[in-house]
Amino acid sequence: MRMWAQSHLCQKPQRVSSVLAAAFALILLILSSHSASALPAFARKYGLRCSACHESWPALNNFGLKFRDNGYQLMNERDSPIWQNPGYWPVTFRITPIWHRLSSLNQVDTYTPGNLAPTGSVTQRISSSGFDLSGLDFHTGGTLEKNISFYVLPSSDPTGAFHFESVNARIDNIAGSPWLNIRLGRFELNNLLSEKRTLWLTGNGGIYQTYHFIPVGDGNIFGQMGDNQFGLEYMGHSVDDKTRVSAALLSSNDGNVNLITGANSYSGFFTFDQGFDTGKLGVQRVGAYAFVGEAATYYLTNSSGGTGAVPIPGSGIGNKGFSRVGFYGQFYLGPHFDLNVVTQHGEDNAYFGQGYGDAIATDGNGGATATCSNPANGPTCPFLNNTPGTTLPTGSRSPTWNGYTFEARYVYSPQLIFKAVYEAERMSQQATPGTASNLGNINNYSIGYRYNPFMTSRAGFAYFGEFNLFQDAVGPLNSSNKATYQNTSELLFGIDFDF
Amino acid sequence: MGMNPLATRFASADFGLRVLTMNSLKPMRFISAILFTAIPCTAILVLTFAAGFTARASAQDEPLVGPKPPVVVKPMVSHIGNITGHAADGKYDYRRYCAGCHGDYGDSNGENAVWLDPKPRDFTIATFKCRSTLTGTLPTDEDLFNTIGRGVTNSNMPIWNTFTKQERADLVAYIKIFSPRWEKEKAGTPITIPAEPPVTIESISHGQALFAKLECWKCHGTHGEGDGPSASTLTDSKDNPIRPYNFALGGNDSRFKCGSTNQDIYKIFMTGVDGTPMPSFADVIQPNDAWDLVHFLRTLQVHRHSKENEVLMAAHGVIPPYVDKNPPPAADTNKAPGGGQ
Repeated sequence: MRMWAQSHLCQKPQRVSSVLAAAFALILLILSSHSASALPAFARKYGLRCSACHESWPALNNFGLKFRDNGYQLMNERDSPIWQNPGYWPVTFRITPIWHRLSSLNQVDTYTPGNLAPTGSVTQRISSSGFDLSGLDFHTGGTLEKNISFYVLPSSDPTGAFHFESVNARIDNIAGSPWLNIRLGRFELNNLLSEKRTLWLTGNGGIYQTYHFIPVGDGNIFGQMGDNQFGLEYMGHSVDDKTRVSAALLSSNDGNVNLITGANSYSGFFTFDQGFDTGKLGVQRVGAYAFVGEAATYYLTNSSGGTGAVPIPGSGIGNKGFSRVGFYGQFYLGPHFDLNVVTQHGEDNAYFGQGYGDAIATDGNGGATATCSNPANGPTCPFLNNTPGTTLPTGSRSPTWNGYTFEARYVYSPQLIFKAVYEAERMSQQATPGTASNLGNINNYSIGYRYNPFMTSRAGFAYFGEFNLFQDAVGPLNSSNKATYQNTSELLFGIDFDF
Repeated sequence: MGMNPLATRFASADFGLRVLTMNSLKPMRFISAILFTAIPCTAILVLTFAAGFTARASAQDEPLVGPKPPVVVKPMVSHIGNITGHAADGKYDYRRYCAGCHGDYGDSNGENAVWLDPKPRDFTIATFKCRSTLTGTLPTDEDLFNTIGRGVTNSNMPIWNTFTKQERADLVAYIKIFSPRWEKEKAGTPITIPAEPPVTIESISHGQALFAKLECWKCHGTHGEGDGPSASTLTDSKDNPIRPYNFALGGNDSRFKCGSTNQDIYKIFMTGVDGTPMPSFADVIQPNDAWDLVHFLRTLQVHRHSKENEVLMAAHGVIPPYVDKNPPPAADTNKAPGGGQ
């Protein structure tokens, strides 16, 4: 889901009206509260309410985290599917009809009367609103046998084009030890603040910028912690899941299939976190992670097809390094309030900083294509640097940056949650000397709520509303030689349901 | 869910609306201002009222029509070591984690209960299976605390060991609000468990004889597989069918309903499993005899590595017939069937 483009702030009267309307509606929602929701496939199997595993679906609480770490098992005698009624089918469907309002700056053609050819272009804000749809997810997961689990997620975009978001199998509790679990396939990295279980659904709010940040002009798409990756993961945890450790060997291909990118290059993702019992406050958890690896910077291409330079799958060469390291914190102040913090220090090799690396072209609508017929189209085209012996511009250096994510949640009840996120991405060194020091910096703000009108183990249903303001410093330089921030906003309401 | 977010990173370059300019939108500004406000407001209100109707509809599906009375949270407390649990603080976690099965009123009528086997505990009658106290008495706070953290094997009760100790203590206090017994009675006194004697083939042999004499086999079967002649007839105190424990299932991680250690087994048959046909044997077994029974029961767990099975293997897997070195003075003609099996 996610992937609805961007938007902007309402004009003042509209904004006031909308805020009043939202507040009024929220009060009504609370007053009409009667009796929250999970993958009903798991809830049906074990007969637990969604709220047992989810702080608010799909975000996991500590019990849900332990359930996942045990390979979708409660570690009782009924984990094996043989215990289930033969009619049980471990599948959950999820889709989200929405209304949203988008606002963003665009390059707009200008015309003179009577002349059909554009005479120029201006930067102009465009706002649009309407009813829309998310993609459709088929979540299917569970156990194949005691201590052998799987998770497969065919997922579509809003047009119905499917891809495999997750496909993995896991051998759990090897030799009876929770410290020995192995997973193979495409999976979400062991991020304590999970992006795949995010409570956010707007285009820019629905991803954690800290997990995806790439400096402007940088061609390294491989260090994106938020994307599901291909690899082999070891994971271990204590019986009560207070101590967790993982190490994953990943292909440096950012989860793309067919070895188009990152062939013959690998990355490692390592995590450790520890929970502490702090009485009435709850379990506080702190941890650290490191994502280090290499990826190709050159690709051999083939132009004989007449569709431009097509990267030859598996031809990546010139591996260069990158790293993302940081800390996690998950802090509870009693059962109703928690704060999640993620920090990151990122660094890419100078080659990436100069645009080498990404062999994936985009088709202009966000989809991936293996070709790029017009490299002059800028960032929507791949950064093909297939010129043996290419030298970096004089003074090129490794871009570095720091990122911070703060997500606060107020859980009024298991059925109603209020949430807010602030993210800051700050460049500390640009790849090219003389570049505006703040070019590419990001501020990302989101606020929202999520309300489940009923709470059972059979289906999930939530009304939700969100507002996201995304600011990235990619605008014209100001008098201080700093890039100006451009605002993109999105207001979104909808119904998120699964069954 | 979760496509390549790079698309959003640079999405402002192409929004698919290049043919429109704001100039062409100007005449529509007044209308769009109304629409931009009215649409979300209308949508929210429709959804809100739909939520209310949905809730009312589900209420009508329930046998008791009308609003449910609120749960009155009595000021109950629990004491676990130096931790004091408060019922009021357990209310939130009970609703989130427990009420789906045990019910909002602790009466075992949560919405999942109908699908569960065995049925969840009914806290309103305050009868608990896992106790360190004699049968018929209330368990200690620590008994309930341990049950929450341990879970209950062969049931849907998970291992809730991700809570803090304080949260578990608060839950113990909270479940006390459902029965007046907690206000009228004190918890029973925990039984004393003597030190465990060494495992010998003789102790296993004696335990086997006790297993026969006490007619454990009638429910648990001669090999402890839960297939005794009475097994199919058993019901719990609410007339729900119940199965006796099958010792032979499971390996090294096998657990009993109320624990996994030898001390736990001792406690189970000395205090009984209240609410089930499993009686207390505290009045009929001496402590040392009870340990012998524990040693024999361990040998029924044939897939589990244990010192009892090591001793049995050393004896070539054969339990010798028990010879009572101190027979009672009167002639005992009450021979137990199944002995020696």
